[in-house]
Amino acid sequence: MSKQINVALIGNPNTGKTSVFNALTGLNQKVGNYPGITVEKKEGVCKLPRGVKAHILDLPGTYSLNASSLDENVVIELLLNKNDKNFPDVAVVVSDVEHLKRNLLLFTQIKDLEIPAILVINMSDRMAYKGISLDVAYLEKMLKTKIALVSTRKKQGVEELKELIANYRELSMEPCLNASEIDPEYFDGLRKAFPGQLLYKLWLVITQDVNFGKTDRNEIDPVADFKTKSKSELKRLQQKETIRRYQFINDTLKVGQTIDLNAAKDLSIKLDRILTHKVWGYVVFAILLLLMFQAIFSWSEPFMNVIDDAFASLSDVVSGLLPEGKLNDLISQGIVPGIGGVVIFVPQIAMLFLFIAILEETGYMSRVVFLMDKTMRRFGLSGKSVVPLISGNACAIPAIMATRNIENWKERLITILVTPLSVCSARLPVYTILISLIVPETKIFGLINSQALALLGMYVLGIVLAIGAAIILNKIIKMKGKSYFVVEMPTYKLPLLKNVAYTVLEKTKAFVINAGKIILAVSIILWFLATHGGKTFSNAETIIDERATALNLSEHERDTELASFQLENSYIGMMGKAIEPVIKPLGYDWKIGIAIITSFAAREVFVGTLATIYSVENAEDEGTIRSRMASATFAGTGEKVFTVATGVSLLLFYAIALQCAATVAIVRKETNSWKWPLIQLIGLGVMAYLFALIGFSIFK
Amino acid sequence: MQTTLAQIKRGERAVITDVSSAHIPLKLLEMGCLPGNFVELVQAAPFSDPMYLNINGTYLAIRKETAIHIIIDIVP
Repeated sequence: MSKQINVALIGNPNTGKTSVFNALTGLNQKVGNYPGITVEKKEGVCKLPRGVKAHILDLPGTYSLNASSLDENVVIELLLNKNDKNFPDVAVVVSDVEHLKRNLLLFTQIKDLEIPAILVINMSDRMAYKGISLDVAYLEKMLKTKIALVSTRKKQGVEELKELIANYRELSMEPCLNASEIDPEYFDGLRKAFPGQLLYKLWLVITQDVNFGKTDRNEIDPVADFKTKSKSELKRLQQKETIRRYQFINDTLKVGQTIDLNAAKDLSIKLDRILTHKVWGYVVFAILLLLMFQAIFSWSEPFMNVIDDAFASLSDVVSGLLPEGKLNDLISQGIVPGIGGVVIFVPQIAMLFLFIAILEETGYMSRVVFLMDKTMRRFGLSGKSVVPLISGNACAIPAIMATRNIENWKERLITILVTPLSVCSARLPVYTILISLIVPETKIFGLINSQALALLGMYVLGIVLAIGAAIILNKIIKMKGKSYFVVEMPTYKLPLLKNVAYTVLEKTKAFVINAGKIILAVSIILWFLATHGGKTFSNAETIIDERATALNLSEHERDTELASFQLENSYIGMMGKAIEPVIKPLGYDWKIGIAIITSFAAREVFVGTLATIYSVENAEDEGTIRSRMASATFAGTGEKVFTVATGVSLLLFYAIALQCAATVAIVRKETNSWKWPLIQLIGLGVMAYLFALIGFSIFK
Repeated sequence: MQTTLAQIKRGERAVITDVSSAHIPLKLLEMGCLPGNFVELVQAAPFSDPMYLNINGTYLAIRKETAIHIIIDIVP
């Protein structure tokens, strides 16, 4: 087998780089993470002409090789490291025909690294519409490259691009301009100090330290002294470099590109007269949000019912197939309903991701950032916090990763800290079951379902809590940071179905797999802990038999008594009992205590845990989890456990507490310390306890 | 007329004459906010902050606090 060609797709954000990636790889792609960091890594395989294969890596979007974020840094780290197994044989630089001038900046930088580069001019179908014409031959000559005019929308130019990739050895590796002339003396010194090193690479390593401070410079050692420059001098030099590059690009495009402004149509600007208007902009945004929640709750309902029924019958089938006993209970009453409890939310999550993907793809999300910035800043947040806070309604993990483009560290930190208060989908199973227990199902005004209204109330509560927490954090956290806010307003585009579908599929799949794994593991551990115990547990049968004889219990009564006695004295029972004094004031018994302990791994485990606990205790009860919870009583008093007060208290607790190991891990990664995730975990924990306590006292 | 970008009004066209590199992120420069390039206001949010601009054909939004560090010359 011949060696695969390593191809890196590089480009500015909003150039349709992902569309080109999808067009090249089709379904042969996988999404993962770069080792050690949570930057998404997309790679795929593309079949080229004459049986050659290419490994395609879709690098994060960046405006230049001067990284200012973790995502952008990935690009530089790769391009500076020839030993990386993904180091590209050829770089495919994706540009957008409408923003060629800006896109070429990055292209000239990549050329300076002497990596063979192909220039893709994407969205070429919009050329006529924008009155643009290009002299491709001239541009190829000036930029010392080969150009592919591509339109992924019209499926044009992709084959030509594949041909160019296959023949990458014919590409020139010469830089297209001499950037070192901005300060010949300095660069001469640099060349003498590090002989044998590529000058532009040295320059990037030096400036990278200024901007980002993460580039590994071990491989480069100076052989002679050279005069270093101060940070501000370097920054000025970078500015000069940028100006120099633009000079070259302007000169090149003056000949190579003609724009007939009379022929150009600008629908985006016209749309923005309304969509970013001081009044209408907000009205449209509010309507879109309402539509989104409508979609999540109403349109996904039929799908959810189908899934619910499917898992209920699966439980029955499994239960019928396996021999009766504890293992049967574990699988049919614990694992299957536990997994079902997550899968049932797939339609809602998919719907939410669908909306977010469409808003991002069309370019509307940037307008939301623009509209909301001033308001959000009052709470110590940024306009860019809106995206994480909305995505947080699906899952806090991608939401926290989405805070990366917030330039101001304080604003970003506050966004990270309050995002887990958004009602993530893992809370839905908990909310749904608790609301169904404490809110009677009626129609308000004969129209609105009371339980749906209660759920909506929980969403409003999430927003109010997030804003409240942000205001407080903004007062407490003292941090002086540079406050940059730059957001590109891309032209509106019709979303590409393929891109949207991939995003929804990928994110939903990741959610189900991650949550599924945790639930499976927790169910098994829980089952083990519930069926094993200390001395009292092993002697349970003797103790209960004595008691049964003394009280003259029937066999059925004896079995029930035995089961609850065993649960109480099992390891998990002991753990629940141990924390009972702490949670008693909130109205919880030790069984709920167990559910709270286990749901520190993930909230959605709450339902599965109660399912497992009640099935271990009472295997004969064939009812649903809900009916078992409804009939649960406190040991001794016989009072109902799930009263309105307990329900409210639990709802508040789950609305606030950070019960998600994955979120803690991601905050640790994104803030690069244990300080913030711990503050967040403890802060939200204390807040949850207090709110639950107050809630319980009011409704008691 | 020499002024800062924060003062620009809709319908006015201006040329950037100077940017204070100490206060302007490199990213903004890379997006085309450089001396010699034209700029116009597309839309202002309430209280004119942030500002939605067209700089050299790139559409972007920046806050007023950044715009005051960009000097422009309004073309009559």
